[in-house]
Amino acid sequence: MNRDEAFGLYKQMLLIRRFEERCAQLYVEGRIGGFLHLYIGQEAVGVGAMSVMRPDDYLIAYYRDHGYALARGTDPRLLLAELCGKFTGISRGKGGSMHFYDVARGNFGGDGIVGGHLPLAAGIGYGIRLRNTDQVCLCFFGDGAVNEGAFHEALNVSALWDLPVVYIIENNRYGMGTSIDRASSVKDLYQRASAYGIPRREINGMDLLAVRNAVTEAIERARTEKRPTLLEADTYRYRGHSMSDPGKYRTKEEVEEMMKSDPILLWGKRLLEQERFTQADLDAVDKEVLARMDETVAFVEASPDPPVESMYEDVYVRSPYINMKAAEKDPAWRAAIREDRVPPALPPPAPAAAPAAAPAAPNPAEATVQATAKVGS
Amino acid sequence: MRDALNQAMREEMARDPSVFILGEEVGAYQGAYKVTQGLLAQFGEWRVRDTPIAEEAIAGVAVGAAFIGLRPIAEMMTFNFSLLALDMIINHAAKYRYMSGGQVRCPMVMRGPSGAAAQVAAQHSQAFESIYAYVPGLVVAMPSTPKDAKGMLKSAIRDDNPVIFMENEVLYNLKGEVPEEEYHIPLGLAEVKRPGRDVTIVAWSRPCVTALAAATKLAEEGIDVEVVDPRTLRPLDEDLIFESVRKTGRCVVVEEGWRIAGFGAEISDRVQRECFDALDAPVIRVTSEDVPMPYAKTLEKAYLPQPEKIIDAVHRVMYR
Ligand SMILES: Cc1ncc(C[n+]2csc(CCOP(=O)(O)OP(=O)(O)O)c2C)c(N)n1
Ligand SMILES: [Mg+2]
Repeated sequence: MNRDEAFGLYKQMLLIRRFEERCAQLYVEGRIGGFLHLYIGQEAVGVGAMSVMRPDDYLIAYYRDHGYALARGTDPRLLLAELCGKFTGISRGKGGSMHFYDVARGNFGGDGIVGGHLPLAAGIGYGIRLRNTDQVCLCFFGDGAVNEGAFHEALNVSALWDLPVVYIIENNRYGMGTSIDRASSVKDLYQRASAYGIPRREINGMDLLAVRNAVTEAIERARTEKRPTLLEADTYRYRGHSMSDPGKYRTKEEVEEMMKSDPILLWGKRLLEQERFTQADLDAVDKEVLARMDETVAFVEASPDPPVESMYEDVYVRSPYINMKAAEKDPAWRAAIREDRVPPALPPPAPAAAPAAAPAAPNPAEATVQATAKVGS
Repeated sequence: MRDALNQAMREEMARDPSVFILGEEVGAYQGAYKVTQGLLAQFGEWRVRDTPIAEEAIAGVAVGAAFIGLRPIAEMMTFNFSLLALDMIINHAAKYRYMSGGQVRCPMVMRGPSGAAAQVAAQHSQAFESIYAYVPGLVVAMPSTPKDAKGMLKSAIRDDNPVIFMENEVLYNLKGEVPEEEYHIPLGLAEVKRPGRDVTIVAWSRPCVTALAAATKLAEEGIDVEVVDPRTLRPLDEDLIFESVRKTGRCVVVEEGWRIAGFGAEISDRVQRECFDALDAPVIRVTSEDVPMPYAKTLEKAYLPQPEKIIDAVHRVMYR
């Protein structure tokens, strides 16, 4: 990895962090609704993994999905608009936080059913084999998903049929309020792959480089040998399970301890010590990211709500094999179109009015501590 | 019927390399009900995939492969076991297009036998079309003749939506004419299976065959029954049903499912609302009895909609 690339990954992690901090704020203000599951603390997993994927590879993930979409290059304006239920959102205001898809970038999104997308990842892998290409599919999920039957069915067929899928557990130690000690008979979750003869590895999910290396190796195995891998990335979410969770099941000390190995702090340290960047460089990029968030919010504020008629769209695909005369008595069939929709490529944002005397950007980890205290109380 | 289904898959697989089949015993065993006979030899294991007994994986692999442009046919050994795959169908196949704002499509078919067979008791004799027909995002097709089976399965495979294609084990041996030439029958197209003047019976799948038998007996008493087969429950070709009821003024709806919240209730609701002025009697439904399917032959017979029950219902709407 060269110096610019290392810096670029720092910026990606920071973008995810700042994006989500802004989301938390907007949620408290009532502008984002529903379930909002923040990825804060886990950024190195998604960013590290995305950074070694090819543009034509696929990913499918669970509902804690903001980081993947941002790291894969989806415009944050489309994502925040989705969170705010706007018509300009990536899913036209029909998905929300848990359902960020960007098919043009091979992103089959966020799934709201714990473990539910693992068989789908196997299916994408099967499709790749059938088409005989050298693509791979990455599949992200939480530690809770390994206890679902779908996990086992998916792993078994992936090994049985040699499917090019990399399964990545984001082990943040809890599924909602239940720690893995209370949910899994085996605490080393990656060892579950041994039941299926699948290569497996545990990695430090706070360490971007460790994630990159392990995912690179797993992708290589999938691409060339067509074999699946199960990776367990040990990580931590600083916030509650979702915004409504005050996190009473764990101590403040535990959270603070984990924040010492914050992935952004660690990577920033590396940039300073090994890549000859200066604190001023890091501060400047933070300012840039914060400004980008201001532009993003401005875009969302100027975006329309979805028209009510759009509710009927995107249920079906219009089809010559359906008797449309009968079907069209239903509004969902009337509104069906033949094509798939492609989210727009937005023009670069208008240079934002310089944020009035922007406050010195706080240390990202500290900022999170403050926000946690505020939101959690 | 079995051959018609087999031909549909064989022809579509030859026509389009993105079509593949997966399911329990579909390959080497030649199909639990021999519907996929010979396909493995012709198309190879990647296109006719024997799976472990893992319904969630069968359906989920189909959904995932469909997302990237393949056209999977997931065979359920019977639809009773599709309950283990319901999450894949209802939460995934039927939802991703919507939740992605139209970015994703899921051109898959889930097919297999549904309904009662012969004395296989409560877990193996269920009619679940009402569950699937309830869900927006799905298409639900249920043919009752070999011709319909072939033509509709071809449409189901080519269609770009997730199609639940429910066959019937008892009908697998049903004989019937199938056109020589290439054809398909669009989904959402009902058909009058027997024209008549006095009473409309709406019935699909095996009950449609039962209704035709009842109609023959009723003809002997001088009652001229029209049998309408919707063939597809979602989308429902309601106009043909209304047209028939407006002509006859009387309507009986027959289904193999249970009475409460059964799909027949949906049809009755629409008929009474849209044909209110034309009706000379309330719509009457014939369903299976509201209990789990019993094993004993006598009880099984009493449980299902039999010609006698249909005849009785027709008498009632005719006030005879
Ligand atoms: C099948 C299913 N059961 C329950 C839920 C409710 N639920 C949503 S997230 C969650 C916890 C999952 O924890 P984990 O897999 O560890 O992921 P994390 O949220 O910790 O990232 C639960 C129980 C669900 N969405 N799906
Ligand atoms: Mg967890």
